[in-house]
Parts: sequence; structure tokens; C-alpha cells
Amino acid sequence: MSTSIQDLPIADGLAPPPRRRGFFLSVLRERKAAVIGLAIIALFILLAIVAPYISPYSAAAQTCHVYAPPSMHHWLGCDDGGIDMLSELMQGGRISLVIGFAATLVAMVIGGGVGILSGYFGGWVDVSLMRVTDYLLVIPDLAFAMVIADLWGASLLHVILVIGILEWTTTARVIRAQVMSLKERVYVKRAKAIGAGHARIIWKHIMPQVGPLLIANTVLTVAIAIYLESALAFLGLEDPTVTTWGTILEHAFDRTAISSGAWWAIVPDGFAIAAVIVGCFLFGQAVEDALNPRLKVAHLSLRRWTIRTLVGRGADAI
Amino acid sequence: MRRADYVIKRAFFALVTIFVAITTNFFLFRVLPGNAVTDLARVPQSSPQLRHALIVEFGLDKPKWEQYFIYLKQLLHGNMGVSFGYQQPVSHLLLTDLKNTIPMVTVGTLLAVVVGVSSGVLSAWRRGSPLDHISTNLAIFAYAFPTQWLGLMLLILFAGVLPAGGMTNPFLFSAEPFWQHLADVGQHMILPAATLMLTAYGSYTLVVRSSLLETLGEDYVLTARAKGLPVRRIVWRHAVRNALLPVVTLIALDLGYIVGGALLIEVIFSWPGIGWSMFTAITQRDYPMLQGGFLILTVSVIVLNFLSDLVYFRLDPRISQ
Repeated sequence: MSTSIQDLPIADGLAPPPRRRGFFLSVLRERKAAVIGLAIIALFILLAIVAPYISPYSAAAQTCHVYAPPSMHHWLGCDDGGIDMLSELMQGGRISLVIGFAATLVAMVIGGGVGILSGYFGGWVDVSLMRVTDYLLVIPDLAFAMVIADLWGASLLHVILVIGILEWTTTARVIRAQVMSLKERVYVKRAKAIGAGHARIIWKHIMPQVGPLLIANTVLTVAIAIYLESALAFLGLEDPTVTTWGTILEHAFDRTAISSGAWWAIVPDGFAIAAVIVGCFLFGQAVEDALNPRLKVAHLSLRRWTIRTLVGRGADAI
Repeated sequence: MRRADYVIKRAFFALVTIFVAITTNFFLFRVLPGNAVTDLARVPQSSPQLRHALIVEFGLDKPKWEQYFIYLKQLLHGNMGVSFGYQQPVSHLLLTDLKNTIPMVTVGTLLAVVVGVSSGVLSAWRRGSPLDHISTNLAIFAYAFPTQWLGLMLLILFAGVLPAGGMTNPFLFSAEPFWQHLADVGQHMILPAATLMLTAYGSYTLVVRSSLLETLGEDYVLTARAKGLPVRRIVWRHAVRNALLPVVTLIALDLGYIVGGALLIEVIFSWPGIGWSMFTAITQRDYPMLQGGFLILTVSVIVLNFLSDLVYFRLDPRISQ
């Protein structure tokens, strides 16, 4: 009977760690913050999908007086063009979320790629990629985004690309650190010893382990992308024909909402942005903490002077 | 010896980064396809002669590498070109802007550190109490609300009570005593600095809280307790001092974020600083001004990062080992 290398008994610790299939489920089961965060994100995505069917008025047509205050017919009042704020917020949320996720996709492809290449190959690849990362980390990103968006011209695609190009650095660093430790594990060395190529090792042995971390970072980056989009839009660098949560604030500021006392054109928009960001923050942080068991340490609680177990920083921070 | 090595290494890194920043700046405005190059020579209804004259004047007919060296050489002489909008040297204009930006950002950041650290310490000290919940949740939300939204909220709440825009009262005579001018600027600074505080303090609270919780679990805290030291002394003298180390790193990491926030704040409150100038440069297509402002912001962040590295090293000599 011939046995291949794969069939040989494997000593403890030499096998790859089990694929954590139920990982996200267990995070959700153990951490209230993750559930709240995911619920908020899901709610806003759902609202964005069904917005055209449930929004009370058109987000493009005048349906009431300029800066009409909130009423039974227009729950959140109206903006400077007599457009229903609630409908406008729903429409704006659609575009803002699309920008947030699209820009994050760009950032994850770059950041994940740079992190894996840098951590896996090391040497000059690592040094040169990390120099670029360090440079982008240091640079004030809004100022950079402002310059590029202005030079390229205001458009939806440019805003997405600019945010994606700027926000991959943290991800690259986190992934790089993880890959560096993964590639020293025995099971990766075994795979190498039996002749697996770089592509196979990265795809079959590194990627599955990096996945959850990448997802945590994705969610955290979505928050940053939405934040940055609203800032760019506020500076007038968003495509003037689209409505996003950022342009709603810009219009309110530019078109005398404050001196007209029209707080309803400003307040709900900020809460929408903040809610999505908090949702992403809670979920992303909870996943990241679950991946980092170092944080599960016993702490001396000063108030009662007893030893207590901390369940983790993220869940605890709420 | 180690200490000198560390400083030299960080200084070298800062210099390289500044060089990269200058080169990027050149590439962005001169090499990459975009509006900058085409717009420089694009005057509405210009004759071909005028366009050619402009191209020659700005040196756009020269090869790129030559333009690059001219740019480097002129930068070394402190020449950043002439603003299209103001017809004045960009470096002079930006120097004035920088003098306006620095006090506002400094006051705002200091406020953020003070508020953030104290609420973080309180949270960790009274962990699990309602006070802790309120303070951490406030911190998360302050962090999540867009900077410009926080600024607009303060404008709505305090318009009329406090000056809503600009840096000085134009009706104040220059003959008035010095302290009156200072009070005037201070009054104008309240809202911008408060916005910066609100937008930045949240992350300090969260970091101080988790770092202090970790520190309180250390053996030396238990030892101090066993010695019978009063709680207040343990927290402030033993734990907080060590827990503050990550805050220094955070301030350095946050600099880019703070500069971005300051940019938005200057736009909202028409504070005549670098951010305001970059914003008006965009609306007026004043590329030399935009390029200069971006370079100054980038270089200041790099230099401040280097300084914070040195501070960190002074606070925690272990990092060079």
C-alpha cells in the first residue's frame, strides 16, 4: 500500500489550524456589540435597497415649500429646493453606501495584496512596499484626497478611487503582520517542503487564515470611506449631480440652512452617517478583538479590588 | 550610542519622507494627466500666441526631469511660485496662514487631550458604572459624527452668542490695547477649537481607557495596593503615567486626521489658515497655492511625527532596544 505524504499521521501543532467556519457566528453569539453593529449595518443596507419603493416622495422633485419645517406630511421637513428630507436622506444613503463599499473594495484589494506580498516575500519587496505604506500613513489623507479629487475633476468614480487609494495602509500593515507569523508555522513549511508553489501556499494556506482579519478591516474601512466621502463632498469635490449624505450637508451649509434656522436639513444627516460608522466600528472591532486573544486577560478591577475576567476590549468598550 | 542611532534613524526616515512628499507633489501637479497642466495654459479665448507665451513662462515646454530639478532648486530657495488669485508669492501667503492655523489647532488638540485623558481615566476607574457607559458611548459618537456636522451643530447652537466666522473683528481699531486684540482672537477661536476638540477627543478616551485597564492588571499595581497606598495615588502616580504612553503614539498617528479636521473646520468658520486657503485655491483654480498648501501640510505632519517619535523615546527608552 503506498501512502502519500498527506496521509502520514500529523503530530500535534503541525496541522493547519482548523478552518473557523463558525467563527462569525461565535463572535455574534459572544459579543453583544457585534450583534448591534451588524444589525445597524444590515438595517441601513436594507433601507438603501428598498429606498425607491418606500421613500414617501421623489428625491428630485419639489414637493413642499423651501425649508418647510417637519410636519405630518414631511417627517423631516424639506431642504432648500423644497425636496422632502426623508426621501433625500434615503437616496443619499444609497449612494453613500455604494461609495463606502466600492472604495473599501479598492482599498482591500490593494491593502490585502500589499500586506500578503510584503509579509510573505519579505526582503526588498517588503521594504519598498512598506516605505510607500509609511508615506501614505503619515500624509494627511483629506488634504491628499482633496488635491487628487480636484486635479482629476469631481466625479463619483474619482471619489471612489481616491478614497480606495488612500485608505489601504492600515489593512496592509495588519495583514502583513499576520502573514509574517503564518508563514513561519510548521504547516506552511511542510507545504513548501513537499513542493507547493508560492501561489498555492498563499491561496490555500495563508488566505483562509487571513480572511476574518480582512473582513474586520473591511468593515472598519467602510466607516472611514463614508466619513471621507462626506468630507470631500462638503468641500465641493463630489459629482454635483448626485445626492449623498455628504452633499446634503454641503448644500445645507452653502444655502443658508443655518441662518434660516432649518436644523432639520442638517441634524438627521449627521445621525445617519454616525449610525453607520458606529455600526461598522462595533462589528469590526468585535471581530478584530475576537481574533486577538491577547486582550482576554484578567484585570484587577480597582473599584472592588477583585480579579475579574475581561471578555475583550471591544465588547467591553460599549 | 543606541540613543543617537535611534534619533539618526528617525531623522533619516523623516528626511526621506519629506523628499518623497516633494516628489509626489511635483508628480501630482506636473506629470499625471489632469487639470493642473492643461489649465495653467488655458485662458478663456486665448490666442495661440498667448497660450504659447504662458507655456514658456511656466516652463512647461521643458522636459519633465528639467522641470523637476527647477522645482527642487526653487523650493530650496523658498520659492513656491506666485498665487494666481492674489498675485503674491505663495510662500509669504502660506506663512501668514500657518501662523493662523497653528494656534487654533494647538488649542483644539490640547483641549482634546485634556478632555480625552480625563474621561478615559474616569471610565477605567469606574469601570462598568453608568458614568463609564455614558463617557465611552459619548466618545464613540463624538468620533463617529463627521467633523463638519459637529461644526455646524456648534454654529446652530451658538450663532449670535459667539463669533461664527473669521479670526478677528474687523471693526476693532488697531489702536486698541494688545490684550483686547488677543481677547478678540480668543473669542473667535472658541467654536473652531471646540469643534476640533469634539472631533478628536473620542479616540483618546477609548485608548486611555483600555490602556489604563490593562495597566491596572499589572503586578506592580497589585504590589502598590498591597503596600497600602491610597487608590488615588495608585491610579495617578502608578497606572496613569504608564497608560499615557499609547496616547503619545495616538497623537502622532492622529496628526493627519487632525489636520484634515482642521481643514474642514477652517472652511466652516472661515478661519484664515492653510485649510481655508487650500479650499479657496480649489474654487479659484489657484494651483500654485493648492500645491504649496498641500506641501506645507504634509511637511509639517512629517516633522511633527518625527518630534513625537523623539518624545516617545524620551518617555519610554525601551523602544530602542
